[in-house]
Amino acid sequence: MKLDDLIKQSGEWLKGTGPNANIVMSSRIRLARNLVKTPFPNKSVKKSLLDVLATVETATQQIDYFKNAMFLRIAELDGVDKQFLVERHLMSHEHSTNPEGKALIVSPEEILSIMVNEEDHLRIQVMQSGFNLTETWKIINMIDDRLSEKLEFAFLPDWGYLTACPTNTGTAMRGSVMLHLPALVMTKQINKVLAAIAKLSFASRGFYGEGTQATGNFFQISNQVSMGHSEEDIIQNINGLIRQIIDQEEQARQALLLQNRPMLEDKIWRSLGILRNAHIISSQETIELLSMVRLGIDVGIIKDVSRSSINELFMMIQPAHLQKIESKKLTTAERDAKRASVIREKLGG
Amino acid sequence: MQCDICGKKKATVHLTEIVDEQMSEMHLCEDCAREKSVQMEQQFGLADLLAGLADFGKQVKDMEAVKIKCSHCGLTYEDFRKFGRLGCSECYGSFREQLSVLLKKIHGSNRHLGKSPVKMASPIKDKTDQLQELRNQLQEAIRTESFEKAAALRDKIHELEKRGKAKET
Repeated sequence: MKLDDLIKQSGEWLKGTGPNANIVMSSRIRLARNLVKTPFPNKSVKKSLLDVLATVETATQQIDYFKNAMFLRIAELDGVDKQFLVERHLMSHEHSTNPEGKALIVSPEEILSIMVNEEDHLRIQVMQSGFNLTETWKIINMIDDRLSEKLEFAFLPDWGYLTACPTNTGTAMRGSVMLHLPALVMTKQINKVLAAIAKLSFASRGFYGEGTQATGNFFQISNQVSMGHSEEDIIQNINGLIRQIIDQEEQARQALLLQNRPMLEDKIWRSLGILRNAHIISSQETIELLSMVRLGIDVGIIKDVSRSSINELFMMIQPAHLQKIESKKLTTAERDAKRASVIREKLGG
Repeated sequence: MQCDICGKKKATVHLTEIVDEQMSEMHLCEDCAREKSVQMEQQFGLADLLAGLADFGKQVKDMEAVKIKCSHCGLTYEDFRKFGRLGCSECYGSFREQLSVLLKKIHGSNRHLGKSPVKMASPIKDKTDQLQELRNQLQEAIRTESFEKAAALRDKIHELEKRGKAKET
């Protein structure tokens, strides 16, 4: 499998299926792992980074699960390719800077990705569509077990997995769920919800990962604490919180439909109308309109557009994706035109 | 909503700060947010934040701690305080005393209760410690009125105690 094949497919987590897919976009778990007695990436010279790459590559070649996976050396990728992988949520923005000695492993359906030599030697990530952390944990736990048979991970019985930053020590696990909460935003209850989340030591971020504001009414909720609880307990805690937020969003949607149906329908159909007819459109406007159309599908107002096609558009309308589709560099103005044409084609405008 | 700082542009960044369990919110436009984040970076980089947590109330003892050096990678505790990142797995042994305090401050516990690598012999968890940890969690669950969780914890404690007694007899 090659990097360019990715543009022809959409990741498993964008399928729009799985439990509560009307509100939950995806579930994701990441585990940080380090090799014992090897300097962490921030303290490593190039040779040591390359040694880690070689060790990890050899280990994965011996594991069945990785048979068809891609092993990409970041230093060999151009700017658009790196940005493309970041946009696909397969790696962090930090991983694309200072690319020397870094790699990315991606499984064919994009369920699994491993950043090698980011902040830790391994950052293993598994993503699933819908509200499905339990299944996600099963998959990543199995992969971690297979890897730990081949690689000696830094671990202390009383402190767990040892990471470059002590905020990750212990389980070194972060579970996150990406929620689409347009009704809580429209009914102006979202700040109350986010405040409650912060109080419970969970973090919330936007669609485009760490350090970004929430866009398109997407909110990513994850655990902050990684020690003192088992992985299963952490997941149960996140699940409990997410269930409450889902209930609140459901209630807000029902309230909107009951009290403001004409306004809501108007907003939703206008959004679809613009997307189907625009010839120049910015990403910010697109994201806001897509969010409304998704809501329209999720509450049964729009019936002739599938949720998965909207999910795919959230991905495809990003700058590096448009340039991969067109196979050349595009200016901002060219991208705004290309974006509109990609959307029209997808939505039958 | 207008930006809290310039009062002109639309606020698109919503910042929640928690200091001593007091939460405050700020709504900023993108430009002011960028400026603010640069300020914050300068004032409270993660490294300082971590160092601040680790140092709280023990300045004198800390003067000696900064000189400690990891025997494996050579990172000094002072470097760790500056950058907020450890140098290798052995740093955890070299700075054990300091990190023990820091981990507890960050996570509310400095005891790992999760999985272990397959390659390792399964670690023998000290049962009394594990029980104590569960009891602490139970207290916390009751305090926060998470009764469902409290019930589950209570059952776990009973189970562990029962197993303990069965072994003794």
